[in-house]
Amino acid sequence: MTTKEALYNYVLRLADDNLILAQRLAEWCSCGPILEEDLAMTNISLDLLGQAEDFYEYASELNGEKNVDELAFLRSEREYFNHLLVEQPNGDFACSMVRQMLYATYAKHLYEALLKSRDEKLVALATKGLKEVKYHFRHSSEWVIRLGKGTAESNLRAQNAVNELWRYTDDLFEMNATDKVLITQSIGFSLKDIYPLWKAEILHVIDAADLAIPELGNVITGGINGMHTEYLGHILAEMQFLQRAHSGAKW
Amino acid sequence: MENKNDQLPLWEVFIQKGGSPFKHEGSIHASDKNMALQNARDIYTRRGEGRLIWVVPSSSIAATTVEEEAEFFDPADDKIYRHPTFYKMPEGAKNI
Repeated sequence: MTTKEALYNYVLRLADDNLILAQRLAEWCSCGPILEEDLAMTNISLDLLGQAEDFYEYASELNGEKNVDELAFLRSEREYFNHLLVEQPNGDFACSMVRQMLYATYAKHLYEALLKSRDEKLVALATKGLKEVKYHFRHSSEWVIRLGKGTAESNLRAQNAVNELWRYTDDLFEMNATDKVLITQSIGFSLKDIYPLWKAEILHVIDAADLAIPELGNVITGGINGMHTEYLGHILAEMQFLQRAHSGAKW
Repeated sequence: MENKNDQLPLWEVFIQKGGSPFKHEGSIHASDKNMALQNARDIYTRRGEGRLIWVVPSSSIAATTVEEEAEFFDPADDKIYRHPTFYKMPEGAKNI
């Protein structure tokens, strides 16, 4: 694998994470528990969509053949490199907030590490994304604490969400040949470096919320290699329908 | 049918744009200060309208009532001399 190919795969991975989570959050539009939260979640969705677009533009530049729309809407399930966590269903509000908190904490440390990349474009995109994910972390972690410390029912729902989603967190730190190439070129970095930072921050929130981390069982990984849970295909069917039925459709 | 209010407490939102004074923008629902600031940010500054936000619980605002309107404001109606319109503007004084 050449450095350019590795960089293309890596940028796609970043773009796919943002696009799929944006799509998931957009499903909350008009279904939020209160009007304020409806807007907050769709705001976060739009932030992520903006980041996805920037990463797809860079990927398209590296690829030289496919444009942004083709990358976003005309790849199949096995060609998506997003992590399994972001494709998991919204569930109840607690589940969506726990998912957001787990991902935002990850994205925060990922972008911070990318600020030291030798690739200037990646540094620029990480700088822009960092400001946004810091806010997403603030919003979602405060909600997780509020729910955990709230009523018996809200605590139970938050705990169920942590129990359900925890098995997908190892997947966030998986690495493959792409990472290997980029690490030797000082473009990427080892996810092992940020794992302790991520874990400490998550534990801090979980503790503050009177919640607990479950025993790690039935761990599922494979997102970065295109191996997904059953949910991604359904997301793509909905998200890609228009572009596939009316190829090249524009607003 | 029972008309139950299950909304979170109401907060008034003030936003400062650039160097101008804080201006009342509207209200939001929130259960605490942090949530109020974030909800205000998401609802009133999404298009880059603000630099600073104040939120105040609506219940903390003392307000005059419509019944008090006459007592409070009518006496000002016939005090035309309170307007500085009887002075000649000095030459060179602009924007007053």
